Amino acid sequence: MFAPSTPMARRQARTLGGSPLLRWALIAVALVFLGVFLFVPLVAVFTFAFQKGSAGYLAAVSHPEARSAILLTLTAAGIAVPLNLVFGLAAAWLLSRFRFPGRALLLTLIDLPFSVSPVIAGLIFVLLFGRQGWLGPWLAEWDLHVIFAVPGIVLATVFITLPFVVREVLPVMQAQGSDEEEAALTLGAGGWRTFLRVTLPKVKWGVLYGVILCNARAMGEFGAVSVVSGHVRGVTTTLPLHAEILYNEYDFTGAFAVASLLTLLALVTLVLKKYVEWRSEAS
Amino acid sequence: MSSPHRVLPGFRLSLGFTWAYVGLLVLIPLSSLVLKTVSLSWPQFWDTVTAPRALAAYRLSFLASFAAALINVVFGLLVAWVLVRYRFPGRSLVESLVDLPFALPTAVAGLTLTTLFSAKGWYGQHLEALGLKVAYSSLGVAVALTFIGLPFVVRTVQPVLEDIDADVEEAAATLGATPWQTFSRVLFPAVLPALLSGFTLAFARALGEYGSVVFISGNMPMRTEIVPLLIVTKLEQYDYAGATAIAVVMLVASFLLLLVVNLLQRWSHRRLETRPGT
Repeated sequence: MFAPSTPMARRQARTLGGSPLLRWALIAVALVFLGVFLFVPLVAVFTFAFQKGSAGYLAAVSHPEARSAILLTLTAAGIAVPLNLVFGLAAAWLLSRFRFPGRALLLTLIDLPFSVSPVIAGLIFVLLFGRQGWLGPWLAEWDLHVIFAVPGIVLATVFITLPFVVREVLPVMQAQGSDEEEAALTLGAGGWRTFLRVTLPKVKWGVLYGVILCNARAMGEFGAVSVVSGHVRGVTTTLPLHAEILYNEYDFTGAFAVASLLTLLALVTLVLKKYVEWRSEAS
Repeated sequence: MSSPHRVLPGFRLSLGFTWAYVGLLVLIPLSSLVLKTVSLSWPQFWDTVTAPRALAAYRLSFLASFAAALINVVFGLLVAWVLVRYRFPGRSLVESLVDLPFALPTAVAGLTLTTLFSAKGWYGQHLEALGLKVAYSSLGVAVALTFIGLPFVVRTVQPVLEDIDADVEEAAATLGATPWQTFSRVLFPAVLPALLSGFTLAFARALGEYGSVVFISGNMPMRTEIVPLLIVTKLEQYDYAGATAIAVVMLVASFLLLLVVNLLQRWSHRRLETRPGT
């Protein structure tokens, strides 16, 4: 992997795919495929967003409904990410440091939000809190709204993004072992102090990585949120849902202006991800 | 139970908190699905899940996901190979861009691909001239699912390719193997397990995908309606029972796929253990 490039280049002539013609043909096919599926769509989002110039763009993203969508997206992510961060740290500590009955079941349940369709994630909350749901009559009695309201959107977002931090922190914690923690405890440090001063610094890049991915998904989730939202304009529409509404009303420029905000989020996520990968390799 | 690990603090606290959190957010909501399923009568369940509209949706979801995963196997292997073995200008940009489908909200992917592939779009106008209708057809569903599943195969195959030393290929070539023999006898068997798990992951993700497909498919019942959309349609009509029945079929399908992934991983681990040096 870390072989210097010159011997590698010399060697390439004798290994598979080493002939220059084949090499450039393979590179060309791969780049055309990625260009068609990734690069052009990326350029297209911004081209479509600025079709009516920057004035049209600014009007679309500063529209009151767009602003309330931004606010709701930030709210949902602002609740889901910290909750799943705390959960991720606790669960990773538990699963990496202790063996106990039910551990495998717990791991399966934690992974579940990854493996079910987002639509099913929304459905289970509708079945629980919806008008005809199990808690529906009780909620109606107290005039509480979960489905087709903000709490439902937050719940669905928390559910969908639940595994992200654990999944990134658990392998790092496992790989680090607990020798330093045991040393700290022997030297008289308390449990919390040991966790905050010894464990957390060791796994910080894993934590950051998990948080970045968790946040990207929380802000971009569509399926689960769409099911529980009810699409009440300016009230229960997150950014992806707002883009959908505009698109369905044939306001393409507006839809792509909103979509471009989410695309920027994706690009920032990729850059941060790369940075964290680079830093954690360096340390 | 006196494992040496028990000297570490926080077992009870983290156990209690983790189970409470998972219980509240995963176990209880999921049990609402189980309870709803149990409350359905068998004929009601069976009629819903075998209705012609449901069968058409399974067929489309399965075939389009399968086709998309297959496309991703071919191009995923190619992209992984090119990224691992060749150095070319823009390589690190490509390397980062591969993860875009993971980071980009699915709705954005759906909007963009639909606009590109529609009759007047950048791609669509040329494809329509050739008689290919992509947007609002089952082909469009496969295109969206290809986009969504793109990183899976690349990211599962890439580390395996990185581990295969170029020495192995060189040895095969020195011993007189043709490039095709080196590929089919040396490289392909080594990456096959990773390729299979990449395929299954992409396939499973495609089966559940909703956001990108609803835009490009046109959502015509019997023709371009995928299973997740059928669930949403039933929910919008307040047909909770119907939505639940279809969801159960989907959950069983994804559970079986997950089982396949685990078996494949175990199989490939065993292969690697019994064949050191490959």
